[in-house]
Amino acid sequence: MTDIFAKYAGLAADIENLRRAAPRNPFGVVIERPLSATVGLIEGRETLLFGTNNYLGLSQSSVAAEAAIAAIRSEGVGTTGSRIANGTYALHKTLEHRLAETFRKRHCLVFSTGYQANLGTISALAGKDDILLLDADSHASIYDGSRLSQAQVIRFRHNDPEDLDRRLGRLKDHQGAKLIVVEGIYSMTGNVAPMKEFVEVKKAHGAWLLADEAHSFGVLGASGLGVAEAQGCETEVDFIVGTFSKSLGTVGGYCVSDHDGIELIRLCSRPYMFTASLPPEIIAATLGSLTEMQARPELREKLMANARQLHDGLKGLGLSVSTHVSPVVAVTLDNVEQAIAMWNRLLESGLYVNLSLPPATPTQNPLLRCSVMAAHETDQIAQAVGIFERVAGEYGLGR
Amino acid sequence: MAETVESITALIIEKLLANPKVPRDIDGDSRIVDDLAFDSLAVMNFVMEIEDTLDVSVPLDRLADIRTIRDLAICLTELKGGAPA
Repeated sequence: MTDIFAKYAGLAADIENLRRAAPRNPFGVVIERPLSATVGLIEGRETLLFGTNNYLGLSQSSVAAEAAIAAIRSEGVGTTGSRIANGTYALHKTLEHRLAETFRKRHCLVFSTGYQANLGTISALAGKDDILLLDADSHASIYDGSRLSQAQVIRFRHNDPEDLDRRLGRLKDHQGAKLIVVEGIYSMTGNVAPMKEFVEVKKAHGAWLLADEAHSFGVLGASGLGVAEAQGCETEVDFIVGTFSKSLGTVGGYCVSDHDGIELIRLCSRPYMFTASLPPEIIAATLGSLTEMQARPELREKLMANARQLHDGLKGLGLSVSTHVSPVVAVTLDNVEQAIAMWNRLLESGLYVNLSLPPATPTQNPLLRCSVMAAHETDQIAQAVGIFERVAGEYGLGR
Repeated sequence: MAETVESITALIIEKLLANPKVPRDIDGDSRIVDDLAFDSLAVMNFVMEIEDTLDVSVPLDRLADIRTIRDLAICLTELKGGAPA
């Protein structure tokens, strides 16, 4: 019998090397329970959480929790069905209307996860005669959506409108539709897209533009709509995709658009059709979080002030961070062994951050990826920077 | 000057050897993943460098069938031959 796991021999060896290099599996961390948005119990220790993407701290929103409890009591815990069968409740339509209104767009489709929002939108928009142009540092959900689409896929250099322009120029005789896919804030590095320049390129070539604002919704822009709003071009982005599992603290995803054709994908997007819809309590909690996000713009101000404090703090230690200031602050390291060792020391010192290893990182370098929240206190950020300083010192890094 | 599989193979090898981690004894039959220890991302990033030099874009689905340096050279030669991508 052929060993069905033989193809994972390399992965098994990598895991073994990880185990030898560190006392714990960095991808198996268990948060025994969150004590607040910013502190969780890990290995029995109170640990500062700096790697949760919970940008506004709304995973612990009492408004959202109460809304969820009320929805469970009145509607039960799940829909048990697809959006195109028995899985659309009035709550789903309410959330779609609220999001469309929030983004000032005509249409909104809600998906069961953020991953599925990209998978379902991209795979349905791009057909086999079309071309997808992806920023090279795109999230896995974008790459996976592209594969499911059967369209030709071309990468362009990260955050490089000129490179995109060159590649579109080579495609001038291609008759299919061209869909450009970029992100607002990039999840691994915190880099911010030059969205306005991408809009100019798409207009010059008659292409379409989809922006994934998963990490920028609730974070940037006058009303928290993301990078497109912050750069004054949200009306020119054809499709905006996002998630509820970052700033809104729940789970699920969406696509908003002014193009009427988007409604057709409800009947041809497999990740939309062939999965159970979000349960009522999640929809209710998401509506609650959205209300709280809109009622408390000061959360965004605090978030960006915290982002600046963490970014400047880590940069001040002489560590390598992005030039962009955003709630994602990633420290780039030279090699995997060093990254694993440092990640372990940070955790043992009471600080949880994400360990990101190649090929999940944009370059061959590993990252210690931090994300900051509006809920972090100034002291907690100072404490996190202090822990980084000690640990970096142990490994001869920084100033 | 029109590129040939041989000239593009030579170009690829020259670019690969600029990376000190790549074994010195590579040739057209060297397997990019198995012999050069490139992961999927490294392959895509390397192809991007070649694309700029040759002014061509390689659709990702074409990469799935490429095993050796010569496979990549054949793919690039075909794309340079007037294919729309």
